[in-house]
Amino acid sequence: MEHIVIIGNGISGVTAARHIRKLFDKRITIISAETDYFFSRTALMYVYMGHMKFEHTQPYENHFWAKNRIELVRGFVNRVDTENKLLYLDGSRKVPYDKLVIATGSKPNKFGWPGQDLHGVQGLYSKQDLDLLEINAPNKKVCQRAVIVGGGLIGIELAEMLRSRDIPVTFLVRESSFWNGVLPEGESQMINEHITEHHIDLRLATNLKEIKADENGRVKSIIIEETGEELPCQFVGLTAGVSPNVDFLKDSGIELGRGVKVNRFLETNVKDVYAIGDCAEQHEAIGNRRPIEAVWYTGRMMGETLAQTLCGNRIEYKPGHWFNSAKFLDIEYQTYGWVFGARGRKENEAQFHWRHPQEKICLTVAYDKDSQAFLGINTFGIRMRHELFDRWLTEGREVKHVMTHLADANFDPEFFRTYEKDILHAFSEHTGESLTPKKKSLKRIFQSL
Amino acid sequence: MSTYERSMALTGQPPKQMKTSQKLASLLGMSGLFILVLAAFNVEFPASGWWLSASLLAMSAGIIWYSYSTYAGKHKGIKNDGVWFKSISSQGFWGWMAGVALTGFYIVLYFYPEYLGLAEKGGNTGVIALFDPLSKLLSGNPASQWFVYGALYTVAILAFGIKFLWKYRHNRYEIIRTISVMFFQTAFAFLIPEFMARLNGDKLNLPYYDLKNIWPLNYYNFEAYRVKSFISSGDIGLALLIFGIASVFIISPILTFYFGKRWYCSWVCGCGGLAETAGDSFRQLSDKSVKAWNIERWVIHSVLVFVTLTTTAVVYSYLGHDTSKYWLTKSTFLYGVVGLLTLVFGWAMLFKRKQLAKDAQYGAIGYFVIIIALVGMHLYSEEGHIFLFKSGTLRKNYSFLIGSIFSGVIGTGFYPVLGNRVWCRFGCPMAAILGFQQRLFSRFRITTNGGQCISCGNCSTYCEMGIDVRAYAQKGENIVRSSCVGCGICSAVCPRGVLKLENGPLKGRIDSQQVLLGNDVDLMQLVNQK
Repeated sequence: MEHIVIIGNGISGVTAARHIRKLFDKRITIISAETDYFFSRTALMYVYMGHMKFEHTQPYENHFWAKNRIELVRGFVNRVDTENKLLYLDGSRKVPYDKLVIATGSKPNKFGWPGQDLHGVQGLYSKQDLDLLEINAPNKKVCQRAVIVGGGLIGIELAEMLRSRDIPVTFLVRESSFWNGVLPEGESQMINEHITEHHIDLRLATNLKEIKADENGRVKSIIIEETGEELPCQFVGLTAGVSPNVDFLKDSGIELGRGVKVNRFLETNVKDVYAIGDCAEQHEAIGNRRPIEAVWYTGRMMGETLAQTLCGNRIEYKPGHWFNSAKFLDIEYQTYGWVFGARGRKENEAQFHWRHPQEKICLTVAYDKDSQAFLGINTFGIRMRHELFDRWLTEGREVKHVMTHLADANFDPEFFRTYEKDILHAFSEHTGESLTPKKKSLKRIFQSL
Repeated sequence: MSTYERSMALTGQPPKQMKTSQKLASLLGMSGLFILVLAAFNVEFPASGWWLSASLLAMSAGIIWYSYSTYAGKHKGIKNDGVWFKSISSQGFWGWMAGVALTGFYIVLYFYPEYLGLAEKGGNTGVIALFDPLSKLLSGNPASQWFVYGALYTVAILAFGIKFLWKYRHNRYEIIRTISVMFFQTAFAFLIPEFMARLNGDKLNLPYYDLKNIWPLNYYNFEAYRVKSFISSGDIGLALLIFGIASVFIISPILTFYFGKRWYCSWVCGCGGLAETAGDSFRQLSDKSVKAWNIERWVIHSVLVFVTLTTTAVVYSYLGHDTSKYWLTKSTFLYGVVGLLTLVFGWAMLFKRKQLAKDAQYGAIGYFVIIIALVGMHLYSEEGHIFLFKSGTLRKNYSFLIGSIFSGVIGTGFYPVLGNRVWCRFGCPMAAILGFQQRLFSRFRITTNGGQCISCGNCSTYCEMGIDVRAYAQKGENIVRSSCVGCGICSAVCPRGVLKLENGPLKGRIDSQQVLLGNDVDLMQLVNQK
């Protein structure tokens, strides 16, 4: 029986395994050095905050794997011998494979800061990082101040986690406004305010110069590049992005860039070796996407796609319309289609921004100046219906259509206040054309079902 | 793992640690409870109502102050920090202690009310005497153990309801729903029946009737003594009796079709009301395993069969044979019951079989055969014996096993151990009927938002009914489950805006998918077509 070995038990590898099992009776083995069972990486923060126990982050009960004949091996792959189709695990164990899927995810970036490997300095990615955090920052007595370096999604999550235990946090963000490489200005500004009102010491346009050690090799302070200020702290969180976790493949003959180089079929340069998820790097970017996408949904979609190829139906990886979501402290964020921050914005992209006068609620709609085509939407504090935006993007709707039908797309719980009228009113003023909102219609919403 | 869990246990730190104001608030609440405990141990309080007022006020104020100090200073949003670190909410020492205390209270309440000071012929003592002034004020009668229980129950729903409102103040669905359960408990369960008792006199002889308490939850509603007093109370009584029947066969099916069973379970019902308010701190303790789900389905449906048999037997026992005296006779009634059950069974098996799992089909066939066989036996049994047992015996067993032990002692006593919806999930026959309809014939569903799920598990963890919500959400599949009471907390705790409780067309309501929205359209079509 053909033996498919998957390195990595994250969302990419596990999705691939599940879908292969649905299609074929192949032997499937998943190898992981991190944990015995698949867990949701995005949920680690909730374990530290006491919302969940670690077991709750595991989407499948433990008996699931044996029942579906997915073999789980706990071990670290040191070397891949593609000629003999052998994996060398730590110790002397060898695992042979017929087809190999590399789904090893990412590791936190370290940019060569002095002191970045001291005790009390860590990233937040793995289960081991979570365990380490419980040692480094269990409470505000042990950790009287924490410094977080890097203003992205993990950075703000780490800040929220530490604040849940009343640990004072200083948050160093390189950019002039939080995540403004991605978010348009108004949104980024609103998140700045929200971070501050959560009593997080937000330092914008601020870089880390150096981490200083005490006599035991533990962090005792950091130095800020711009001002030279020394901040005493007991913990430093490095959250300046992640990069593919592919060091173990250096001498394998598998082509590497920053990640494992793959074509549109998720195949590497070596026959029968594939890569998916965070660690895969497309030769050429797909549409507006980046060649490496360290996103949960991308990992899952690649897993869904690769399973087909491995089961004889060789198909290209063709992701649909971009979507994503996150939560910034108390504010939920969703995006459908493309809305660019100042940095990536293209010539033809026009934006309309609306913000609630009191509440931390806002949205930005991007559309084509010339064709008036709807390009994408970012919402903060309003939930939107994925299905509907996906449909509108496929149909190439004009922005006017989207704005007048926003009530259909609202996905907030029942009885929530809606703002479609206010939004459309502001949009009408923005464009100079008076528009009337359409009432929510179940018929339109569920038509495609 | 063990290293940090040890270190956790040793240090009292936020969010586990209580603030001073929270400690003082707890003390105030406990002092109110202490008055009741002293009364229970026969410490004499003047029966003027002052001590009772002081006790109820202290308990309410304690709870409200505690909530204020916990939530008021914080930003609105999800407030689950430290839930699994606190002993009371994570099946720790204080959780077990609370469980033992509550269980003890229920055992005394149901089986040894004399320890609470109940006296058969007036002259209550102890806690019950303490409640006499309030009872006399409302109904004119001295208190019973049930009055004491009802009053405390209402206070708990109101005070913890305010806590819940504070906790979820960002969520209008939760706010409106909670105000609804607080209203129905206070007005329908507590005040109206007391006022009805006051109206009783020569012409009126109404039984104690909580109008929203529908059969089969209110399993005794059609017993001889109640039906007699309804009928003897003129038009009002008759209207109430008809309302009782209509609520089972007309009102509830219509509302469940349009809104799902939530219209009852998490908006109106008293058991649900207590679970949602006082029980909110324990919702995460429900067992999410497939095994628990299997046990749930067998147990709850068996209770439904049990209550159907019991009620049929009880009603049968007091009907006559002679059609000239009253149109409804023993045999007409039995044939009616058999006809109705056959219709429901036939409809489900003919039109909805595809939506039933294998074991559900076997179970349905099994139950149906048993009921029909037992009902058929009435032809061969003596008077009063249908279904092999005397109706009185059946009734007594049901009331003891289900009415007292299951719904009270286990259902509420075990809140801090098994979660706040043990009764609703495993025992309530009303929930079973509503759930059956909700699963097969209702517009309600929890819509999963395309491909947005990140499998984090907050929804499953905080589902009080033990539904593994994530298992559906991560497949992009709507959640259509019998047991869902529509509390809306899964949607509230979801960090990515994936879940929405809504009512929509029946078509496409159950939409199992393999490849989720956001991926290649061709692949989705290829894989998702069946």
